[in-house]
Amino acid sequence: MAGGPVAVYGEDVSIISTHALTRTFGPVVAVSNLTVDLPTGVVGLVGANGAGKSTLIKILLGLIPPTSGTASILGFNCLTDGLRIREVVGYMPESECLPLDVSATEFLVHMARMSGLPSHVARERAADTLRHVGLYEERYRPIGGYSTGMKQRVKLAQALVHDPMLVFLDEPTNGLDPAGRDEMLGLIARISGDFGISVVVTSHLLGELERISDHLVVIEGGVLSRSTSTADATQLSGAMLVEVTDRADDVAARLRKKGANVAVGARSGTFAVELTDEAVPQWIVAIVADLGVGLIRLQRRRHHLSEIFVSEDTASTEEAAHV
Amino acid sequence: MSDPTSESVIHDIGFRHYDGPRLGRGWAFRSLLIETLRGCYGLGRPSKVKAMPWVLTGLILAPALIIVAITIVTGGKELPLSYTQYAGGMWLLIAMFVAGRAPYAISRDLRDGVMPLYLSRPILRRDYVLAKFCGVALGVFFYVAAPIVVLLIGALLAKFPPWHELSAALGGIAMAAVLALLLTALSMVLASISRRKGLGVAAIMTTLVLAAGFASIMVAVLQLKFSAERAAYAAMLDPFALVSGLGASWLGVAPLNQGGKPDGFTGGLVFTLVFVAIVAASLAILMRRFKKEGGV
Repeated sequence: MAGGPVAVYGEDVSIISTHALTRTFGPVVAVSNLTVDLPTGVVGLVGANGAGKSTLIKILLGLIPPTSGTASILGFNCLTDGLRIREVVGYMPESECLPLDVSATEFLVHMARMSGLPSHVARERAADTLRHVGLYEERYRPIGGYSTGMKQRVKLAQALVHDPMLVFLDEPTNGLDPAGRDEMLGLIARISGDFGISVVVTSHLLGELERISDHLVVIEGGVLSRSTSTADATQLSGAMLVEVTDRADDVAARLRKKGANVAVGARSGTFAVELTDEAVPQWIVAIVADLGVGLIRLQRRRHHLSEIFVSEDTASTEEAAHV
Repeated sequence: MSDPTSESVIHDIGFRHYDGPRLGRGWAFRSLLIETLRGCYGLGRPSKVKAMPWVLTGLILAPALIIVAITIVTGGKELPLSYTQYAGGMWLLIAMFVAGRAPYAISRDLRDGVMPLYLSRPILRRDYVLAKFCGVALGVFFYVAAPIVVLLIGALLAKFPPWHELSAALGGIAMAAVLALLLTALSMVLASISRRKGLGVAAIMTTLVLAAGFASIMVAVLQLKFSAERAAYAAMLDPFALVSGLGASWLGVAPLNQGGKPDGFTGGLVFTLVFVAIVAASLAILMRRFKKEGGV
């Protein structure tokens, strides 16, 4: 079981696969007839509280059996191979889960051993992993004195310390300020990109997942609402927001002449260009330079993931209405 | 998307993968047991956590050291306090140690919500409970057995007959093991009731002190109506008297007090069954208690 990830990162190979997965708690259906294949890379799992995200993670970790259906992860059967799965998968819970009176180092060494690593490896990897998540001298102090951001880093580190092939991160940006949020998202992108560890990350904030996910799964009330690659979702209605100091109408007119789809905004000097061609940004720069006007803003407006919920038509109407 | 600014240094070190063996469930169980045992003595914890167990350890060792010193200096022929009586004499210290350690081992995990992290490791829920139980039991055993070892070393230094001393000390150590299991069983159940360590400490301390008082009153009252042997059954209410009774029955050592000797073989058997039942019931209750813990 030792070794790197089973699939090369970025390849379209599923590491998690469920078929007709259902889990009920008495009369409550937490997960309903879920059939989904998740690829390597960063997978965003979106859904409101109670949508069944946590239940799904617990089934995949082999902690609770599904009522019916099957699930496999990294080729292991979630119903029977829970112990093997938990050796090579990391989990960062949403809740507070750190002991307060031990140091991060002490705690990480313990958690690495709990995952089956020999003591000397556990010590080495604890120090390494804490460095990777950005904890230095403070790692020798008791966790009780840490800030929320530092605690989140320790929580992330304990999920990575045993070099898993896959990590589940449950709402990792919860409670962080905007700067901390950005750092956490950067770290998550590195886990997949630099460390080569696949990530399943949940959030109820769609914009966040849009930034870092390669693939997106939307669950509503335990039912799969959508499973799609993020590139697909954002390509369709990508647009560029342009703001110039002067002569916005002339710039727009020239762009239209080149065949671009331009929508003029309510505010003077602002308009949006649909990214129908890869060269659109270059056209804008060239035209602005040619006319000698100042370019204040050139901003890619990605299709917001919230708009995945509505149909394409409404989405484009809304897109125009925004401008 | 990766935009490490402050972490550019880390970036250069690179993430190292691990290809070596993963030791699995048995190793994880052992690791949790040892971590719990270390926690019992505050090892790897800040000094304020270390203070209580080590002050108590000093206090339980002190009389043993004094006894040994006096015996050697005065050239006595035997130890003034036997190996099997030491724990009974120090019962209040032992109760205080257990009352602090059992809640430290589990209330803290409950309060801090650490369970999900353990459950996402290659162990089963019952492994967690058992490892915690064994860790605390081992910690208490060391606490009770340490002064017995000190006494034995003293006796050997004083040139008492070594085989006689060794077998007597082994009896004391066996009773220390039984006492550790029994006290751990009772205190872990009490500690698991609350997420707050203070409540656990108070509950255990109160229970042990009341049990000791209640048991001796019951024995005294019952002796008015029944024989001393019959009345001795009431001593089982106190864990220290129960263990003392087991020692009196199976090892033939003097019980803590006159009322504490079980009624022949039947009495010994009943005492033993009660001991086994308490430990088994405690484990069953703990398993049940932790069944829902951890949000699964």
